[in-house]
Amino acid sequence: MTLTLPLRRLSPLLQVPVVITIFWLALAFAGPFIAPCLPGEVVSSTVFAPISAQHLLGTDYLGRDVLTRLLYGTSSTVLLCAAATVLACTAGAFLGMMAALQRGMTDTLLSRFMDGVISIPSLLSGLVAVATFGSSVPVLVLAMACIYMPGSYRTCRMLALSIVQKDFILAARMRGEKTGYLVVREILPNMTGPVLTDVGLRFIYAVRLLSNLSFLGVGLQPPQTDLGSLTRENLLGLVYGAPAVIAPALAIACLTVGLNLALDGKGRRQ
Amino acid sequence: MTQQPLLSPPPLICVRDLCLTGRRGTGPETPIVSNVSFDVAEGEMLALIGESGSGKTSIALALTGYARSGCRIAQGQLRVAGHDVRTMNASELRSFRGKTIAYIAQNAGAAFNPALPLMEQVIEPALAHHILPRKEAIEHAIALFEMMALPTPQTIGARYPHECSGGQLQRIMAAMALITEPEVVIFDEPTTALDVTTQIEVLEAFRVAMRQCGFTGVYVTHDLAIVAQMADRAVVLKNGKVQEEGTTRQILSKPAQAYTQQLVAASQPHLRNHDTPALSTPLLDIKNLVVGYGPTMADGRPTHTIVDNVSLPVCAGETLGIIGESGCGKSTLIRAMAGIQPWADGSMVFEGQPLPARIEERTPQQRQHMQLVAQNADLVLNPAMSVEATLRRVLTFYNEDASDAAIKRVLDMVRLPAALAGRYPPQLSGGQKQRVNLARALAARPRLVLCDEITAALDTVVAAAILDLMMELKRELGLSWLFVTHDLHALRSVCDHVAVLYAGHCVEFSTAAALNVPPHHPYTRKLENSVPEMQPGWLDGVIQHNGLRQNKTEHAPATGCSYMPRCPVAVAECAQTPPPTWQAPSGARIACHLQAQDLS
Repeated sequence: MTLTLPLRRLSPLLQVPVVITIFWLALAFAGPFIAPCLPGEVVSSTVFAPISAQHLLGTDYLGRDVLTRLLYGTSSTVLLCAAATVLACTAGAFLGMMAALQRGMTDTLLSRFMDGVISIPSLLSGLVAVATFGSSVPVLVLAMACIYMPGSYRTCRMLALSIVQKDFILAARMRGEKTGYLVVREILPNMTGPVLTDVGLRFIYAVRLLSNLSFLGVGLQPPQTDLGSLTRENLLGLVYGAPAVIAPALAIACLTVGLNLALDGKGRRQ
Repeated sequence: MTQQPLLSPPPLICVRDLCLTGRRGTGPETPIVSNVSFDVAEGEMLALIGESGSGKTSIALALTGYARSGCRIAQGQLRVAGHDVRTMNASELRSFRGKTIAYIAQNAGAAFNPALPLMEQVIEPALAHHILPRKEAIEHAIALFEMMALPTPQTIGARYPHECSGGQLQRIMAAMALITEPEVVIFDEPTTALDVTTQIEVLEAFRVAMRQCGFTGVYVTHDLAIVAQMADRAVVLKNGKVQEEGTTRQILSKPAQAYTQQLVAASQPHLRNHDTPALSTPLLDIKNLVVGYGPTMADGRPTHTIVDNVSLPVCAGETLGIIGESGCGKSTLIRAMAGIQPWADGSMVFEGQPLPARIEERTPQQRQHMQLVAQNADLVLNPAMSVEATLRRVLTFYNEDASDAAIKRVLDMVRLPAALAGRYPPQLSGGQKQRVNLARALAARPRLVLCDEITAALDTVVAAAILDLMMELKRELGLSWLFVTHDLHALRSVCDHVAVLYAGHCVEFSTAAALNVPPHHPYTRKLENSVPEMQPGWLDGVIQHNGLRQNKTEHAPATGCSYMPRCPVAVAECAQTPPPTWQAPSGARIACHLQAQDLS
């Protein structure tokens, strides 16, 4: 009962981002089931067909249904990025809080290591990871998690540093509480707001990175698809103003900007 | 102001039916101050008295035409020195604020820009309002520094804020307020954040300034003793409403309203502790403790020694009070006892067992039996945990009964209703938070409770209730308390034994009763003489007695007595050898070169 209390207190604050997050997650899970066609099926002889009753978003460069491919693409983008973000932020947050609590050698080693990782451009490290290990779902998720963990680590460490100096941490330490309890019960509930904003930001970065990688052709490989590779493969359609290229680009924009706005509004209200 | 003679001059400040409202976020508007009316005649000092949240600062700010963000002046009439404050536009207000009315804030340390030398900031109002050319402004500022009895008035302006003490900054801020020769000066709790010994210097400076500059003043405070010294008349506020208005003498001697009576009663020093102390076996015995910061030097002492060679016993079932000004090492001492500041030398024995310096090395039992109650209840309670969760964690941690009934019992101990259990710290008042803070310590069933200035941040009435509670708990549970404070009244009223700390040395250790019997260490005497008394005119007496104040800037001698630079009765050997400790007839242990007959 006591664990749910902090969550219940935060609930009005979380409403807007929660609704938007749920919408995208629902779309990610349900997408493949509500898609009208199969993703690889060539359904029309016309390529880059415009919007019609039969194909709501037209067809792509091979005559496949764009709506279907968009739903599949959204699904893989959201799920892949969500997995990477959860990994990155969980690891980052706990390492950050540990560093703030322990200080000294632990803090210095961790922080310098993270600084090292953060100094490499994210697209570059993504390309290196794919070039070394090949392009597969686990490699992409782990690479993105590693790329975004240092950012999350630094945010959480700074937040935790100011909390660790509060007297209630001192009181808990004087009682002889273990580090695990301090991290989970005393520090974490006091930084949920900023940490959630940070999680949202990392997710948006991950979407951007995955789209970039896919746009360069080293992200998800066919027959799998995601929003970035959809944009790239239909790039020719730009000349015809085909929805095949505009729709996935718009979807990326909606996903990132929408989530960003929701989280930003929440951050300001705090 | 019921019977006004026909020919008396009109009041300089005239407030009629003032209403201030405020809103939080997008919530509904709630009244902060309602229907407040008062007058201040020219050259008069009016005190606004009330506890925190009574709206006294909001009224003072309204006089300058300013409302804090989210607040607004809803209705009423505000006339200050012939200006109608509510009808002025932004540029008129700006010149009004600089030339006609000046404001001295509570925390001068935070009010100055740390990146500019003080002189630039002091003369800024005069330059901004084109009152004086730069050269004359600087001369005027130096004259004001002299009046404020600041050390080296010629050169202090070149310093930066961090190079001055809190009391000096407060006086420099007063100089800044007076440089434009305003007609009205508002003092917003200017001495609340200061020590008694510093407070009196600042009050003296204000008093001299008032006499020489002849401004009209509004003094916002919660301290009745200061009202007695500074104000001619007083307005008592509670929850934004005027409770009582009258001359200072009248309010202090014959308060008419129940709230004022309560306030006056809480400010009167009275003895809460009626036990007669007898030194029994010490529960905690501190021997030759040295605590400091920084790397250890060749002689085994830390680079910055904060607590030097202090020996104190805390006896079972007794209250030991430690008093001293800020920087004297009292907080460091209590942190060393609590095991969060390892000591460099000396030892502690707790319940017959040697106490390790670090909290991690202490036994669970030692940790449980000694509990720390820290000063700031806002920082001590986890804002994300309810009162119940906080207490339950302590109970379960020490394997005590953690049922709802047990939590109710703990809340009962600190006289809090069980209905508060579900609340979170931000939903509690300052006094309630401090009680929960106490409850958290008591839930561990301690033998010794270390209290670090627990009443410093509280209003008079609330602080008095906390002290009463401490004494009740001492009787009921047989607890020992260690009470650190800079408030001599509080110390006297609750303690059995008293230790006076100066610059990390224990200069006097005696029973609380012996505090009333001379001889005393010169510093103890200074502390006593610095506590403002409730009778008007006391400050003038002190000013007369002190005569011309001299500002000594010498540093304490490397060997010898650390109090020497401030000591009025210092002799030659004070600079050479550390003072010996001897016992006075009253039982007090005093560390001074002078003998009992010289100090009486």
